Amino acid sequence: MQIYLPIAETSVNAFTLLGVGGGVGLLSGMFGVGGGFLITPLLFFIGVPPAVAVATGVNQVVASSISGVLAHLKRKTVDLHMGTVLLIGGLIGSLIGIWFFNLMSRLGQIDLIVQLSYVIFLGIIGALMLQESLRALLRSNNPSARRRKLHSHTWIHNLPLKMKFRTSGLYISVFPPLLVGVGVGILAAIMGVGGGFILVPAMIYLLGMPTKVVIGTSLFQVTFVAAFTTMMHAITNQSVDVMLAIFLILGGVVGAQFGTRIGLKLRAEQLRILLALLVLAVCGKIAFDLLWTPSEFYTITVPGRF
Amino acid sequence: MRWLLILTVLLAPLPLRAEEVIAGLSQNRVSLTVNFEGSDILIFGAVRREASLPEDTELDVIVAVEGPPLPAVIWRKARRFGIWVNTDAQEVRAAPSFYAVATTRPLRDILSPDADLTHRISTRLAIFEARGGGDRADPAAFTEALIRIRESEGLYQSRDSTVTLERDTLFSTRILLPKNIVEGTYSARIFLLRDGDVIDDFETFIDVRKAVLERWLTNLAYEQPALYGLLALVLAVFFGWGASALFRLIRN
Repeated sequence: MQIYLPIAETSVNAFTLLGVGGGVGLLSGMFGVGGGFLITPLLFFIGVPPAVAVATGVNQVVASSISGVLAHLKRKTVDLHMGTVLLIGGLIGSLIGIWFFNLMSRLGQIDLIVQLSYVIFLGIIGALMLQESLRALLRSNNPSARRRKLHSHTWIHNLPLKMKFRTSGLYISVFPPLLVGVGVGILAAIMGVGGGFILVPAMIYLLGMPTKVVIGTSLFQVTFVAAFTTMMHAITNQSVDVMLAIFLILGGVVGAQFGTRIGLKLRAEQLRILLALLVLAVCGKIAFDLLWTPSEFYTITVPGRF
Repeated sequence: MRWLLILTVLLAPLPLRAEEVIAGLSQNRVSLTVNFEGSDILIFGAVRREASLPEDTELDVIVAVEGPPLPAVIWRKARRFGIWVNTDAQEVRAAPSFYAVATTRPLRDILSPDADLTHRISTRLAIFEARGGGDRADPAAFTEALIRIRESEGLYQSRDSTVTLERDTLFSTRILLPKNIVEGTYSARIFLLRDGDVIDDFETFIDVRKAVLERWLTNLAYEQPALYGLLALVLAVFFGWGASALFRLIRN
């Protein structure tokens, strides 16, 4: 069954869309990741124009993180102070990202920028995840291995404008969280992702936040930054496709429910290796498209359309 | 004198419009609905003849369907630092968003270059290149690429010998409007040819419109983008939160 997408102005198979949404939802439920970094490239592969894929992907992030953030707020596992600082940074970053996105669109280079961002970030994340999970697998086989120190003082703790973050038990400068927020906001606008895959490690290793508030606080920031970025893409590019979003969201929420249950039954380390390999495979496919001599050297853009 | 005048009036149109074409379409409206997969349009017609059938030349029919013309930019990739990047661009003032030419016999055999220039029938002539064309050595390569890419997407179609002409009077052909067409007014031009020249033509229109819901969404997205963005967010929150609430309900 074909579905006509009014903004992308083309038809795609409804089951393919539900499959993409459901598959990514399944993975996000299994691993507790947002999945935006998989949805957007998969949309490229099935022929959705990159501008529409990015804007609609970020809209889907709102749907996939909203129920999580509500649950964490109820459980009081959100550091609202830290979340607000990260959010302010995120909004600034989103504005920068949108400006850069529109500039590159005008120059005809946006497809390249989006693809390059994906190759770089998926490559780094995939490699780190693979390394981490392999190490975890080795550690579980060898329990006497040394554990990493959780909290250490670095130059980051000597910056000015210090602020108390009571929930996290931190007294640090506002600049590191603000800058982390800006970085995540830029990625959200350009790549159509929530940015949890950058935010969570940055909160743990860079800011030294306790793990019990990390997920809730990151979901809090991601939800609002994604909502703001959706608005900005809708207002400046008219590239959010509601019809596309609904199918992705429907597939996604169903997939996530099953994913969560599967995830509870399987061994985490081995699963994480699989996710890392999947991320690297998507990265490899995009990199291949950039490096391999194309069969068609020309592309057409129609001003004002995607 | 009076008789002569009447005779002139009666005879004068005959050598000029000895054969006339009348045509119709299976549908004048195409609606881009949720499940739009493309649309097959039957174009049919007849040749009206006031004199006897000329024996010395062959009669041919060309059907050209054209979608709303739009400007376009054609980019060419080149290798930079190992990756393929858009480096050169050429603008086209107006290129039909859809263009299909169906004929009774191969186009080049039945249409003279002069007649093609006058009526702009072949795909190449339906595209208006930008004036000047820049300092590039091969502006034609860009236009050819435009045609090649749109042909591969089914948006440009050269359908030689697909018009059936029966007893030099009745003709018909089918044109497939693919799923990726844009909305607007499409023109269907029908040409009657003899000896490489157009002896008569007929034009009719197909209205391609998004269906009610799609129309409404597009209008909202372009005219009230902030409202549209809010709608997208409300839907995301509703489905995202609603579905997980529903699952919780089922589990308990």
